[in-house]
Amino acid sequence: MASTTTMLPAAGPNWARRFVPWIRANLFNSIGNSIITVLIGAFVIWALLGIVRWTIIDAVWVAPNMRACQAAGTGACWAFVAEKWRFILFGRFPYEEQWRAALVTILLFAMTGATFVPKLWRRETAYAWVAVLVISGVLMWGGVLGLAPVESDLWSGLPLTLILSLLSMIFGFILAVFLALGRRSHLPVVKLICTVFIEAMRGVPLITILFMASLMLPLFLPPGFTVAKPLRALVAITLFLAAYQAEDVRAGLLALPKGQFEAADALGLSYWRKTKSIVLPQAITIVIPPLVGNLIGNFKNTSLVSIISLLDLMNTTQVALIDPNWRGLTSEAYIFLGTIYFVACFAMSRYSQWLEVRLNKGKRR
Amino acid sequence: MATSGVADRGSTKRSSDTNIWHNPTVRGIFWQIVLIAVVIGGVVYLASNAIDNLQRQHIASGFGFLNKESGFDISEKLIEYEPSDTYREAFVVGLLNTFEVAGIGVVLATILGTLVGVARLSPNWLLAKMAQVYVELWRNLPLLLQLFFWYALLHVTAPGPRDAWHPLPGVFVSNRGLMFPTPSPDPSHKLIWVAFFVGIVAAIVVDWWARKRQEATGQPFPMLAASAGLIIGLPLIVFLVTGAHMQLDLPELQGFNFAGGASFSPELTALLIGLVVYTASYIAEIVRSGILAVSHGQTEAAGALGLRRSLVLRLIVLPQALRIIIPPMTSQYLNLTKNSTLAVAIGFPDLVFVAQTQINQTGQAIEGIGIIMATYLAISLSISLVMNIYNARIALKGR
Repeated sequence: MASTTTMLPAAGPNWARRFVPWIRANLFNSIGNSIITVLIGAFVIWALLGIVRWTIIDAVWVAPNMRACQAAGTGACWAFVAEKWRFILFGRFPYEEQWRAALVTILLFAMTGATFVPKLWRRETAYAWVAVLVISGVLMWGGVLGLAPVESDLWSGLPLTLILSLLSMIFGFILAVFLALGRRSHLPVVKLICTVFIEAMRGVPLITILFMASLMLPLFLPPGFTVAKPLRALVAITLFLAAYQAEDVRAGLLALPKGQFEAADALGLSYWRKTKSIVLPQAITIVIPPLVGNLIGNFKNTSLVSIISLLDLMNTTQVALIDPNWRGLTSEAYIFLGTIYFVACFAMSRYSQWLEVRLNKGKRR
Repeated sequence: MATSGVADRGSTKRSSDTNIWHNPTVRGIFWQIVLIAVVIGGVVYLASNAIDNLQRQHIASGFGFLNKESGFDISEKLIEYEPSDTYREAFVVGLLNTFEVAGIGVVLATILGTLVGVARLSPNWLLAKMAQVYVELWRNLPLLLQLFFWYALLHVTAPGPRDAWHPLPGVFVSNRGLMFPTPSPDPSHKLIWVAFFVGIVAAIVVDWWARKRQEATGQPFPMLAASAGLIIGLPLIVFLVTGAHMQLDLPELQGFNFAGGASFSPELTALLIGLVVYTASYIAEIVRSGILAVSHGQTEAAGALGLRRSLVLRLIVLPQALRIIIPPMTSQYLNLTKNSTLAVAIGFPDLVFVAQTQINQTGQAIEGIGIIMATYLAISLSISLVMNIYNARIALKGR
């Protein structure tokens, strides 16, 4: 403490000596730039003041319904979020059992976070994923260990969004590796089928695949055989995502030096042995950053399942807004929802940038 | 054996190995036949299920419904359409709406995205930071959420026509949508359009002639000024000669709504704002990386050759930056077109919306989804074909 107080007098001019030139160089280096700085600065201050006033100063935090909210203040009505957050996050999952959905959410978030640590990229993490998925399944479905059974049609909110985006990522990736290998295959039929699948999936909007799964799939199944709605959506997202991931993996395969393939052939390795031990480990390391990009896109894309009336995070918010007691509080609802999506996506995109730098360290001289 | 292993890999016969199963060609053919059988079997199985199900549920099949009366109205249409018209016409209306959104969206997203991308490279720290915040904010939110947000803003939060927001003279935003002025129709406008197209053709001809002359004599020609003069000047002369008939048809409040000018419904406005804002955040990054990718050495070398700044930009920087920018830009345009299908969520009648209504009415899901998929596949494949030709043309010629 004493040292900081003695430092302070010297720090003042020091601070000024460092920052005044910086401000001059970066904000006021010409007449045009000075005008721009003043205009934008004024706008930013005006906008920030407005936002702070609406979200904090004039906001209403406790109110029984929308009318009371509007009477109490002109700002945001956070009482709505306070009332509805459990529904938005967990939807129609039975109220008393929602701790299970919450636990699954935390588990999946933690596991995803752990997978992002390069030190943990080993076999044990894959086993941990299997364990986490089994535990999540038990918690969501119930019916064993004294847990009350829950229909999968009741899964909703954040857990559903997470399950859909993570499972489609995992299954999609496995499918994508085979599609990418198939597209590079010397066997013409295999190559044709994989290419047609990839191009068709990439050529159409996701919503049509989801419509296919929700409206067309029942027609193609034998009578009396039904598939749960979340599973149908999962299949659709997985197939769609796999086509995009396949192109990423293919880029990795193309980036591998030819010598790697030839050396593996020279060792007399079989195709699958060569692929498993030589080709894929290198190719996939190259394409990890775009795959994380896919994870972000896929997390955002799962919101489309709300259009085929699955109760994901997006749709629980829409349903919460229908409540006549809380009508018209769309901004509050969407800001709450947007914050969840933004934090997750922003963290992942920052991670992907960091990872790219780290993975390229060895190549930079 | 060991010595012949590598050399014999491609050939079909090995002297010491008579087992046909060890022959890669035979195995390849075998597995491909298995694959074909599985695919055909799967398709036949699914098709037979579908035929059974359709018969049991008494759903017709085939595209006969296209000629039947649709019976539903479409709120927004660019061509004449009545509920008594056929499904075929309903689909055309939807397709035109999709094209309208895609066309306007692509132009606006390119302008906004380029501005933001250039702003990110600005020496002004505040401006660059603002542009970065813009990109990070809109990229990291689901487009659907953004559409719902804009739609709610226009539909729920916006005031009625009587106290409409009035951001620019003649432009009004209310819960009835966006109203903006248009030039009132005048016979001279046709001539102005003619002059505009004549100007474009003339500019192309002059450009061809100027190139030839420069190749032959080395004399440069002020092409930029000439083409600007032709394309903008010619219509301007026509405009002045015909008597400068230019009157804006301004939207005005009449009773409970606006009259005059043109208007976009809240659905279309929200869809356009959402698509443009979202896509621009991607385009901004493409533009930025394209400009950054042209190395300093190129600009310096051009300067050392004595080229003027404007020529450096036009002859050295832009062609190289565009080579990097255009391919990802096209895929963003395609993404925008595909993302416009989210219109169903806010009730704008695009192609998917019409197909969904048709499926609900006729139950013919396979045909309805087939039409959407075929349309989008046709758009995607034709654009990627054009892009492949373009990429082959601009590819760096190796020595």
